[in-house]
This record gives sequence, structure tokens and C-alpha cells, in this order.
Amino acid sequence: MEKNGFYSMRTSALRKLKTTMSKIETKNLDLFYGSFHALLDINLEVEEKMITALIGPSGCGKSTLLRALNRMNDLIEGVRITGEVCVDGKNIYEHGTDLIGLRKKVGMVFQRPNPFPLSIFDNIAYGPRIHGIKNRGELEGIVQKALSDVMLWDVLKDKLDRFALNLSIEQQQRLCIARLSAITPEIVLMDEPCSALDPMATQRIEELMFELKKNYTIVIVTHNMQQAARVSDKTGFMLLGKLVEYGDTKQVFTTPHEKQTEEYITGRYG
Amino acid sequence: MSRSDNTVKKFFEKIIEKIILLNGFACILFVILIFFFLAKDGLALFKVSSPIQFFFGLLWNPLAEPPQYGIVPLLLGSIMVTLGAIAISVPLGLACAIFIGEIAPRWMREILKAGVELLAAIPSIVIGFIGMTMLAPFVKNLFGLPTGLTALTGSIALAFMAIPTIVSIMEDAITAVPRTYKEGSLALGATHWQTIYRVTIPAASSGIVASIMLGIGRVIGETMAVMMITGNASVIPHSFLQPVRTMTATIAAEMGETVIGSDHYFALFAVGLVLFAITFVINFFADMALHQQKK
Repeated sequence: MEKNGFYSMRTSALRKLKTTMSKIETKNLDLFYGSFHALLDINLEVEEKMITALIGPSGCGKSTLLRALNRMNDLIEGVRITGEVCVDGKNIYEHGTDLIGLRKKVGMVFQRPNPFPLSIFDNIAYGPRIHGIKNRGELEGIVQKALSDVMLWDVLKDKLDRFALNLSIEQQQRLCIARLSAITPEIVLMDEPCSALDPMATQRIEELMFELKKNYTIVIVTHNMQQAARVSDKTGFMLLGKLVEYGDTKQVFTTPHEKQTEEYITGRYG
Repeated sequence: MSRSDNTVKKFFEKIIEKIILLNGFACILFVILIFFFLAKDGLALFKVSSPIQFFFGLLWNPLAEPPQYGIVPLLLGSIMVTLGAIAISVPLGLACAIFIGEIAPRWMREILKAGVELLAAIPSIVIGFIGMTMLAPFVKNLFGLPTGLTALTGSIALAFMAIPTIVSIMEDAITAVPRTYKEGSLALGATHWQTIYRVTIPAASSGIVASIMLGIGRVIGETMAVMMITGNASVIPHSFLQPVRTMTATIAAEMGETVIGSDHYFALFAVGLVLFAITFVINFFADMALHQQKK
């Protein structure tokens, strides 16, 4: 009894500590595609309600790392992973991890907007529906909130039954973000979310990211260095599967500790 | 390389081009010629018998006095056998296509695809054999019928002939669904199965419709197997457990016994014309559905 009391005191103290603990933490993460060693000993800590950017030349493994955070790499044949990825302190690669719960908590926005070939309403209601919400009124509320979150409600409120693929690319990407916010994730992974967009649309999506930051932890992969510098709080620079440097965005861009980082951000390669 | 070499080359190029062009047009030309051939003799029936008697006549009896050329029993026979076959082959084919396209590991996928294609290679007469010797007695005993040669027997046998068509086109449609749709769904926490029936199948729906259409086209034109196992009684069918007679079987069975240029002969051509019209329309819609998919 006494022992239990002591134990629970200790865990509550630990819980208090956890508020400052990182949202995602990778420990000695290695990833192989068959015999190709794609990620080498990655140790990354992502903090809550901040935007963390991953930059680096194409093929450096930044998308692979991102997809390791919600186990989307599971879909690819021949992927092998060692090490840990902890979300809220729990290793998601542990045997018996609830993948559905994980992906509900760690959502993803893709490089090319990928709305389903359904109506706007059905796209957003998709997530809530598969997680068991059937009530029409409730779904309507969720759709309205989700569309308001991405500033599309006023534009689309009378067109909810339209086919989603007829929207502009920017609206499609916003819709995909709304689709995600409808299942209220805690973490949003963005894989080059603006690479299909023009500069104006990119700017508006970046503004949206600042809004989203209030409620979500965001990890964004981008090969646009300016974008990383503009939007992120933390930046990680990757090269050939290694996380070369990780720190506050300002520090990484102004006084990089590593020579390779400096060479990359000054445009010597990439 | 001399200059004359080049001119010879160019000359042959031109010839080959023309030959290919000719072949391309020939295909269309043949269809048109077949249509006219059918139409010429088929429409000749209406000189001696009214279209109303033909299209709405409830009796097909060329030996009666006067002969009766009502297509309704044959049409219903064909429709019944076809619907039965589709009702069996579509669920089976869809399940098979989903398994091959979405679930099976790669090595198994190759084996299954080869197997399905092999099914298409079985001559219809062999299916007729199996239907006659195995399926018909089975149906007879199962339902306690006087004969096992029924519409149901025909439907089951034809289902196996439609399945290869249905599976291969459905499977193409399902694998053609962009990976990004599936990833988007899985990333929202959907299960594999939820992703299949909520995203993949709706996205592949026009291809699926096309496959069903082409399956129907395949079944409705089939002759040998149905002639062997559907019993060939030209009556208006009331149940699947009765013998029926299809349009194709009627033509095949009676053509040899008619006098060229007789009313009976023209009537069979008219049946052929109806069959042609049906398959033409079905193929047309299947084609439209496939084009929709590509968009």
C-alpha cells in the first residue's frame, strides 16, 4: 500500500515533468530499405506546439524520417527499422501498438493534395465516419469547424456537395488539412505541403500554419530553405540519412555549428 | 549509303504505313458489313411477319401452322441466364479482384492472375461438358427436379466464363487507383478494409461497371455451353429451376434445319440482329465507363 502510494507520487511528479517533455522523440533510429541504409542513428526531439522543419537536399531521408513518425513506411515492402520513436513517451514501434490510434493522433499532409474522389463534405466527414461518428448533425458541425480552421468555410459553405477534385490545388491542400483537423490530431506531419502551389498560395498556407501551431505540433519537410526559415521554430538539417544539425531555426540559419549545414544554407550544394 | 537506298527505304515505309492504315479501316469495315449482312436478312422477316408479332410474340414455334416467331421467350431466356450468371460472377469476381489487387502478396498475385487468365482459355464446350455431367445432376438432386438442365445450371456455368473478364478488368481498375488516395485514407487512421471499400472501390467504380458490362457481353453471346445445359425449352420461364432457351442456342440449333431464304431463316437472322444490338449497346456503355475512369 505504502509502496503504491510512493509510486503514484513519483509518477505524478513525473507527469509534471512531462509537460516539458518533447512530443516526439526518436532514439537511435535506423531505417533500411532492403539493404539500403536510409536513416542513420537519428536522435530528434520535437517540442509540443512548435513548428519543426526538416531540410536537406533531395534523397537525404527527410521524407523517410517524417513517414517513420506515423509508421507510413509500414506500407512499403522491405522496410526495416531499429531504435525507437516515442510519441508522448511511448514507443510506437513497440509490438502491439494501436496503429489506428497512432495515425489519428499523428496526422499527415502530403506533397500533392490528395482529396478523395468524393464530395467536399464526404472528404472531411471521412475521418470522423471511420472513427464511428454517424450522426448527421454532429458531422455537419465537425465539417463546419474543420473548414473554418482552414479558412474555407465562407467560400465553400454552399458547395459542400461539390466534387472535391474540382477545387483549385490550393483549396485542395487546405481541404486535406481540414480533413485532418476533423479528426483532431495532436501532431501534423507535412511532407512538402507547398511544393505543388504557387508563391501566393504558399504564403497563405504558411499563414495557416501559424494559426494551426496554436493547437498542433507541426513537423514539416521542405526543400525550400526560405520556407523553413520563415515558418519554423526548430530546424533539423539532414544529409545522406544523417541528422547533421538540429537546433533553433535562428541559430541554424545564422550561426550553424556544422560546416555541412553552413555549406547547404549558403547554397554551395543541394 | 547511296541515295537510291534511301528512296527504297522511304518507299517501303510508305507501303507499310498504307497497309497498317488499311488494316485499321478493315476492322471497322467488317463490323459495318456484318451489320448490313444481318440487317438485310433479318429485316426481311418483317415482310411476312409484323414487328409487333416478332418483338411481343410470346411463342417461338417455327413448326406450328402458321409458324410463330415471337422472340419474347428467347429474350427472357437469355436475360435470365445472363442475370443469374452476373449475380454469381460479380460478387465472386469483385472479391477475387480485391484480393489480387490489394491484399495478396506479390508472388501470390502473379500466380492468381495467371490462373484467372487460364480460366479464360478453357473452351466453352469443356465448360459445357462439366456442366452437363457434374453440375446438372447436382442441381437436379439438390432441388429434386425432373431435369438438371435449367436456367440456374446455365447461369452457374456461364458465371465461370464471365469471371476471367470481370476479374481482369476490375483488377486493372483497382490497381489504377492512385496510391495517394490509399495513403491519405490510411493516414487518417482507416483500416486496410475501410480504405478498400470507402476509397478504392468508389474510385474504381467506373472500371468496375465496365467490367460488369463486358462480363454481360461475354455471357449473353455464349452459345455452346448454354445449348448443352439449359434444356432448350422455348417457353416463358417462371423460375431459375426451369429449362430455358436462349437466343444464341436457338440460332445454333435451328439454323442447320432451315431452308435458306425461308421465313424461318429470316426469323433467325432477326434474332441475331437483336443479339447484335444488345451486345453493341452493352459494349458502348462499357466503353463510356472506361473512358470515365481514365478522366
